Amino acid sequence: MSEPLLRMEHITKRFPGVLALDDVSLQILPGETHGLLGENGAGKSTLLKILSGAYQPDAGSIMLGGKPLELKTPLDAQKQGIVTIYQEFNLIPTMTVAENMFLGREPGKGAFVSWPRMRDETEKVLRHLNLDLDPMMPVSDLSVGEQQMVEIARALSRDSRIIVMDEPTAALTEREVEGLFRIVADLKARGLSIIYVTHRLHEVEQICDRVTVLRDGKRVGGGNVGELKIDDFVKMMVGRSSTQLFTRLGGHRTTGPIVMKARGISRDRDPTNPHATLLKDVSIDVRAGEILGLAGLMGAGRTELARAIFGADSFERGSIEIDGKPLVLRSPVDAIRSGIGLVPEDRKQQALFLDLAVRHNLAISSLKDLTWGRWFVSDRAETALTERFRKALDIRMASADIQIADLSGGNQQKVVLARWLALKPKVLIVDEPTRGIDIAAKAEVHQQLDMMARAGIAIVAISSELPEVMAISDRIVTMREGRVTGGMPGDRATEESLMHLMAIEQTAPQSALGPQSLEKDGYERGCDR
Amino acid sequence: MSEAVTDKPRAQTRSMRSRIIPLLSRYAPVVCLVLLIIIFTVLTDGRFLKPLNLFNVMRQISIEGLIAVGMTFVILTAGIDLSVGSLVAVAGLSAALIAKGSAAGSFSLSESEATGYGWFAAMLGAIAVGVVGGAIQGTAITKLKVPPFVVTLGGLSVFRGMALMISGSGPISGFDEAYRWWGQGRIGPVPVPVIIFLAIAAVAFVVLRYTRYGRQVYAVGGNREAARLAGVNVERVLLSVYVVIGFLAGLAGFVLSARLNSSEAVAGIGYELNVIAAVVIGGTSLFGGVGTIFGTVIGSILIGVLINGLVLMNVNPYVQQITIGLILVAVVAFDQFAKSRRLK
Repeated sequence: MSEPLLRMEHITKRFPGVLALDDVSLQILPGETHGLLGENGAGKSTLLKILSGAYQPDAGSIMLGGKPLELKTPLDAQKQGIVTIYQEFNLIPTMTVAENMFLGREPGKGAFVSWPRMRDETEKVLRHLNLDLDPMMPVSDLSVGEQQMVEIARALSRDSRIIVMDEPTAALTEREVEGLFRIVADLKARGLSIIYVTHRLHEVEQICDRVTVLRDGKRVGGGNVGELKIDDFVKMMVGRSSTQLFTRLGGHRTTGPIVMKARGISRDRDPTNPHATLLKDVSIDVRAGEILGLAGLMGAGRTELARAIFGADSFERGSIEIDGKPLVLRSPVDAIRSGIGLVPEDRKQQALFLDLAVRHNLAISSLKDLTWGRWFVSDRAETALTERFRKALDIRMASADIQIADLSGGNQQKVVLARWLALKPKVLIVDEPTRGIDIAAKAEVHQQLDMMARAGIAIVAISSELPEVMAISDRIVTMREGRVTGGMPGDRATEESLMHLMAIEQTAPQSALGPQSLEKDGYERGCDR
Repeated sequence: MSEAVTDKPRAQTRSMRSRIIPLLSRYAPVVCLVLLIIIFTVLTDGRFLKPLNLFNVMRQISIEGLIAVGMTFVILTAGIDLSVGSLVAVAGLSAALIAKGSAAGSFSLSESEATGYGWFAAMLGAIAVGVVGGAIQGTAITKLKVPPFVVTLGGLSVFRGMALMISGSGPISGFDEAYRWWGQGRIGPVPVPVIIFLAIAAVAFVVLRYTRYGRQVYAVGGNREAARLAGVNVERVLLSVYVVIGFLAGLAGFVLSARLNSSEAVAGIGYELNVIAAVVIGGTSLFGGVGTIFGTVIGSILIGVLINGLVLMNVNPYVQQITIGLILVAVVAFDQFAKSRRLK
């Protein structure tokens, strides 16, 4: 075996409260395609950001071609021939292909750019890649796949030695994926090394030579692709330290009739936002007093489904019924009126008014119930409401009048939960309800979700942490690339069985859907590929 | 338990820097105003503090102050309205036309030949013009998704052009006494425009502070997406603030024409600058979600005091403009600074 081109040795990176990378080593051989696998939060992006110079490691060393490297900025990494192609491209859409290709190093004399040279050299690189693109075309006129090719072409024109591709196929059509694979093979043949990050395990089998698997910031395995099977990857990815497990709640919850029925929700490709995840004929049911877990990897469509049901995003086809009555959804106002609530994924950006007081944040959705003389908000009613939920949810705060920015993440999340509870919803969708809050607060939020379910609310819980989904759900539905891929009762689920449904191209056997899949057609359509 | 533990260091580090800066940004306008008053009083040998002069200052700021109250609503939603000066002119001319019956004979200063509908109809007409103008702009902003800056920049030009067309034959002057009272009259020693300004400011204060609508304005300005997901009808709130400022610009147009006893097409030129400056100096953030009517009143008075003081000291009038511009930029720079510290 030849000498590795890149050696990352014993890399450790600590963030406040988290050990993101713990003594991770990665070796890349010249001319290989190396798959980097792991669940959400396993440490892949942190490792890549260290390699691209965006983060500095706390410990460990990087060697390129036998020489030690210090990557202080992304520019340092680029100068060494390490180029990262992110999911969100770094192209300037208003500029032409050629301009993007030579951004920051335009050919020419002095202050003047030589357009002919720029065009000719761009053409040369594009021809090299067998790409039929006009160098003078604005990037905004290209398809997502073509934009990605431009990124790759730019990497090539910079004499790259290592190209890092982060989920490169996430936004591509099947034909574009084939084109990408051809180019990857071509780059490999020319001796470039590629680090390939993906959630799609079958792609690993197709194009990677070796893999490294990360889990919870540690390297947990790896090897040659020929010798390892997809099942081996899955096992490595999900095995988890026992400290992260939550105690399973519920179990004795009794579920009532179906409250919400979503049928055939489909969201088509939006030309103005080609990166958006699509929804393909998604159907789910939720019963009163039940917690339905939605599991899936990034880009599986869970958040998109939640936002569609809540009226936050429009969708082309499909219907939603609440208590058997069809819903007309023009905006979240309609959803709220019908008894649906949403605790969004990103607390700061989508839920909180950081400049306002705790009680204003809590009461914003239920002001109608707190007024006197029709228009005036009663401070007393608002304070009483806040006090009620401070007790019920154990919200820790100095006073209801302090800015919500001064609360800890866990307490902020409780305020958002309280905002919806004040409206007595029939269905509450919680998207990553414990993201960014500490472990004790997570357990409290789990208990509160359990209490809400026991009070008869139908809860849809989205979480990227499988142990969390398994701990709180009566039933789990998995999604992958905008489709429902299966479902199982929460107490029968294992991380491996879920990961199979979340990551691998296959359909769930009907039996796995359990006895609760009443309306068969909905699930069958959801699973039918 | 661990929640309480993690809270502690957070609260402590925050309190050190986060106490002083919000305190400053809240009271900075008041402190500035007091300082300015002291300085001018000393420099003018007390002439500045004479009651007559103080009422003068208040009367001078009352018309732009009215609009500044409306502008506070708009800026609280992170919007802007550049068209107010032009709208004032159109509203003032509309009021004059209604009061006089027609543009013909508009040079006549005699009150007796008035064939119009009186001050009440004139006032309603001016307000209606403002409301319609604001509603059209608000609709363009919410339905056509054109940024407020562009819509109201267009409005600035469109309304000015309309004003010039209406008054083709020149200013419309000479209103009856009841009409003029709204601009020139006094209740006791207090000029009527000052009373209108303070009354409107009081109403606006109550609306923003104590009503559901007020809460929604702050919510939409503080975090538009969060407001939408919390069930606030964001488009309706955005539309409404342009109606509010249109209403007040219309009223201001009427009061201005009463005060000058004349409506002309060039009335209100440059108002948007002083009005936006007053709101921003008063502590309302151009990023939306933060600000008070009290601050806007202080900001308006501050600008009035500054101009009046400089006039009393016989400072070159162009220096006034320079000073206001510099203060505006300094205040926003401070706002940015405070914000960056807060987000850390």
